[in-house]
Amino acid sequence: MNTPTETARQAVPTTGAHDPALLDGLFMQDVTMLLGDGDDTVRALDSVHLTVAPGEFAAVVGPSGSGKSSLLAVAGGLAVPNSGTVTVAGRPMTAASRRARTALRRDLVGFVFQSGNLLPALTALDQLRLPTRFASAGAVKRDPMELLAEVGMAGKADRRPHQLSGGERQRVGIARALVTGPRLLLVDEPTAALDQARSRDVVQMLARETRRHSVATVMVTHDTEVLQYCDSVYEMMDGALSRV
Amino acid sequence: MHRTVPVFLAVRELRFARARFALMGAVIALIAVLMVLLSGLSQGLVRDGVSGLQQLPVTSLAFSHGVAHDAAFTRSVITLDTVDSWSRQAGVAQAAPFGSALINARSSSGVEIDLALFGVDPGSFLAPKVATGSPLAAPDGIVVSSTAADAGLRLGDTVTVDRLGTRLTVVGVLAEQHTFGHVDVAYLPLEAWQAIHAGAGPGEPLSDRARQEITAVAVRGDDVDLAAGDAAAGTESMTLSESYGASPGYTAETSTLTLIQVFLYLICALVAGAFFTVWTIQRKHELAVLRALGAPTGYLLRDGLAQALILLLAAAAVGIGAGVGLGSLVGGGVPFALDVQAVAVAAALLVGLGVTGAAVAIARIAAVDPATALGGNR
Repeated sequence: MNTPTETARQAVPTTGAHDPALLDGLFMQDVTMLLGDGDDTVRALDSVHLTVAPGEFAAVVGPSGSGKSSLLAVAGGLAVPNSGTVTVAGRPMTAASRRARTALRRDLVGFVFQSGNLLPALTALDQLRLPTRFASAGAVKRDPMELLAEVGMAGKADRRPHQLSGGERQRVGIARALVTGPRLLLVDEPTAALDQARSRDVVQMLARETRRHSVATVMVTHDTEVLQYCDSVYEMMDGALSRV
Repeated sequence: MHRTVPVFLAVRELRFARARFALMGAVIALIAVLMVLLSGLSQGLVRDGVSGLQQLPVTSLAFSHGVAHDAAFTRSVITLDTVDSWSRQAGVAQAAPFGSALINARSSSGVEIDLALFGVDPGSFLAPKVATGSPLAAPDGIVVSSTAADAGLRLGDTVTVDRLGTRLTVVGVLAEQHTFGHVDVAYLPLEAWQAIHAGAGPGEPLSDRARQEITAVAVRGDDVDLAAGDAAAGTESMTLSESYGASPGYTAETSTLTLIQVFLYLICALVAGAFFTVWTIQRKHELAVLRALGAPTGYLLRDGLAQALILLLAAAAVGIGAGVGLGSLVGGGVPFALDVQAVAVAAALLVGLGVTGAAVAIARIAAVDPATALGGNR
């Protein structure tokens, strides 16, 4: 029996004619994004093709300034590319208006940031409850307490970020990203502030949650030690993406 | 879902950053204290200046033509026949002679007192209703403001007018404060007023001309054509509220206090705006994270405004409470009067302008780029 990733890879050719609206997970085709003006123009994304199926955990590595953050921004509808197609669960992230992209992001995309990027005023439980308050009426809303238990943080639900370790903050960040049932999980340098043991722990958790929730996950990282837990690895160099 | 009042984050941030918000709240509360004290002082000065006029049962007063508006009560002199002219005007229900004069006097118990004498016909609609004693009737009887009684003037006391030696007896006391130009009002029969106004002492004859002189015609009526009445009677009318400006010092005092209050409201708006500008800038990264998570701009704006409103309402409530408490300690020497409506309007302006100031600052939320939540941007 094929894994979800294998099934998706068979169903989604990386080249050739196909209808993006029928594809689940993340689909990026021929995406180019230019930053700056005139002589200072930088090709942040250069004809990028990327397909990540539900349940697939993809890693993107590359030096600083190679375009990794731009890739996440475009995939999550935070930025609009100059050309190309981006769909998440078959929904276009590029053609939509800013308001529509925000709504798509709210319902389809989860973000895990560096150091968790938790809100200092909220307890771990409230970090998860907040996104459910502005989620669309039809959006999937998971039980925040159940998710905290899933990432091993049920016992610290009433703690605020400054009362948690770096690894614990990332666990809460992962749970927060999953609470609205996203179809795409975008992870930005999750191990940047963690030691090796905690980095492994966090990335293993991401791999586990990716499969458990059948979400397409793209992780940007500098940490090559954790790539063994990923289903696919890509390298970004000067805006160009290639599979390793 | 998005239209719910988003106080979830607002309330938690208020609790978390309580020291910062308490400091800001203290500043707003102090402004509210000042606002209450100024409102009380303003109301007190108004009451001290024109409460005697406010309680006149008239709609307008007709003074002599061309009189200076800011000194009409002391300079206007017209004749009694103008009363008849005004009585015949369409819409006029009642018209009666009215005289006013400021005098210095001394009571039989040795109390030195300044009085605003309001000369009225005891049978007219202007005759005051007394709380204690007898109504105006006797030629030398006066009915005084309750505040004159507070100052030591008692029922039955005799008041001697300085220089003239005219003796007046307190026959009645009014229920409330009746003052004019910060001086207690004493109602007296028109004939007695005319004698004092003409400078005639006891036993001195009064000229026919002096017997015809009054300060103004007091008019009560609906839809009275004041211009037509003035043309017919050769007078210059002011509505009752316009006549407040003719009270000594009234316009200068009220405009000064109003100016101070306007500045206070502006300061409140600026302080709230400055605080929420700094607060929004400090939270820029958190706001970027929230927007990256899909928080609609409208949700974040409403959350910020709800936070500002909670802070301003709480601080204003504390400040008003403290202001009312301090106001109750103000001694009788200071004209101070708290009016619920005036304080409510001032509080609404304070909160409203504070929220406006905060709103201008909070509008920056719309410009926060969610992409800055990615990478090492902090």
